[in-house]
Amino acid sequence: MLRHGPRFLLSRASAASMGWRRQFATDLPAETAGDSKFVEAWKKVIPNIDPPKTPSAYMAPRPPTPSTIPSKLTVNLVLPYSSILSGKEVDMVIVPATTGHMGVLPGHVATIAELKPGILSVHEGNDVSKYFLSGGFAFVHANSVADIIAIEATPVDQIDPNLVQKGLAEFQQKLNSASTDVEKAEAQIGVDVHSALNAALTG
Amino acid sequence: MAMAALRREGRRMAAPLITPHPINPLRSSLASSDREHTLLGVRSISTQVVRNRMKSVRNIQKITKAMKMVAASKLRAIQTKAENSRGLWQPFTALLGDTPSVDVKKNVIVTISSDKGLCGGINSTSVKISRGLHKLNAGPEKECKYVILGEKAKAQLVRDSKKDIELAFTELQKNPLNYTQVAVLADDILKNVEYDALRIVFNKFQSVVAFVPTTSTVLSPEVVEREAEAGGKLGELDSYEIEGGETKSEVLQNLTEFQFSCVMFNAMLENACSEQGARMSAMDSSSRNAGDMLDRLTLTYNRTRQASITTELIEIISGASALEG
Repeated sequence: MLRHGPRFLLSRASAASMGWRRQFATDLPAETAGDSKFVEAWKKVIPNIDPPKTPSAYMAPRPPTPSTIPSKLTVNLVLPYSSILSGKEVDMVIVPATTGHMGVLPGHVATIAELKPGILSVHEGNDVSKYFLSGGFAFVHANSVADIIAIEATPVDQIDPNLVQKGLAEFQQKLNSASTDVEKAEAQIGVDVHSALNAALTG
Repeated sequence: MAMAALRREGRRMAAPLITPHPINPLRSSLASSDREHTLLGVRSISTQVVRNRMKSVRNIQKITKAMKMVAASKLRAIQTKAENSRGLWQPFTALLGDTPSVDVKKNVIVTISSDKGLCGGINSTSVKISRGLHKLNAGPEKECKYVILGEKAKAQLVRDSKKDIELAFTELQKNPLNYTQVAVLADDILKNVEYDALRIVFNKFQSVVAFVPTTSTVLSPEVVEREAEAGGKLGELDSYEIEGGETKSEVLQNLTEFQFSCVMFNAMLENACSEQGARMSAMDSSSRNAGDMLDRLTLTYNRTRQASITTELIEIISGASALEG
């Protein structure tokens, strides 16, 4: 009886928590059309278990494409660690695409752009905020919403020029002394990022 | 310690009954009442046994309370990270849509679970959903493989789907989760597994007591192009200009890999939060149950103690009256 004590306690615990969970699951927003196909297919094959939710259930739907060009661009800048800008209305952004710096205004054609390390500048009225991005993707949608996804973004005034110079020199050296392709590629990436940082600080 | 308690009990009982009675019957009945297989039979379950049981239940209660505190502090640490990472997958869903019902030949189900147990039912839920998805996507010429993250799902899925498990990763939470680690993991998975669609199964953290099983779908670039041509949600994809890269397929390839690593990062953080929250609830219930059990045992203990005292009294008095009369 003593040995069964813990098992008894814990099985009661899990039963209780599963009961709690079901109570709150009804607070989620309704499903969209694509999900209903999934939900029906699920219910046919597995009738006893509730189907899992999908990401669109947790997202507010995006606004449709307006007929006239809106006056402001809505920008979302997201990183794995935080959303720096979310739903901010600005006049223009300049993104560092691999094919060069690209300006995005409201009414820009829908674009998927791959980003290289460089500066993102956000223009709103007379304010310009500059962030150094480590690379990522930028989506511009037809409804004048721009999503910029990067791994790291720091405001330019927080970058230390001495460390940038040191890093640049270090990676140049590594590039010269690299023997395998992997090392060469890594050193090349380091050189690219640090030169971009350098350009960001001076330019 | 037991002998000291025994002696204390004896002294308490012996004090009011000292003079007229010989000591021996008292001592012998004391000793015998505390032996389990006793001549007195079921009338007295030994107080010693009940006391041992109470001690162990009290220890369990302390342990589960401590585990709840630990889980609460870990949850606090990781909850802010998870909430901050929620913006990461939204642009991808806005661009590529949400297509859980896509019909492809090679499905890979990525199940995220915990390494440690005692966290309620979340791992079982994830495994049930994964099995459900496997059943849903089974069919002629279709194959469905598992990639498992975490020890608990591996233990459950190895039992009946051993041949379908492609890769298994454990000990992911030794160091706090960060994007670099997840990116390397995602790269590993994408390199070693052939896929048309990746379905990630995890528990989304809604609140400390609510965890919703969720599945996110990431399509391979070829399937994205196929769906874009077919129309529907991805039909607008062709209207997007592609900047950067040499060809559209190269950019789509990078996009898919980036999407997978972002979605995985968010999924792993949410699952870790759900794990800590579930553990808090489970340990809380355990502590409460242990408390209830302790109350009941205390009552039993007191009843047993009083019963054995009464039995002693009866024996002594009947012995005395037998001697006198």
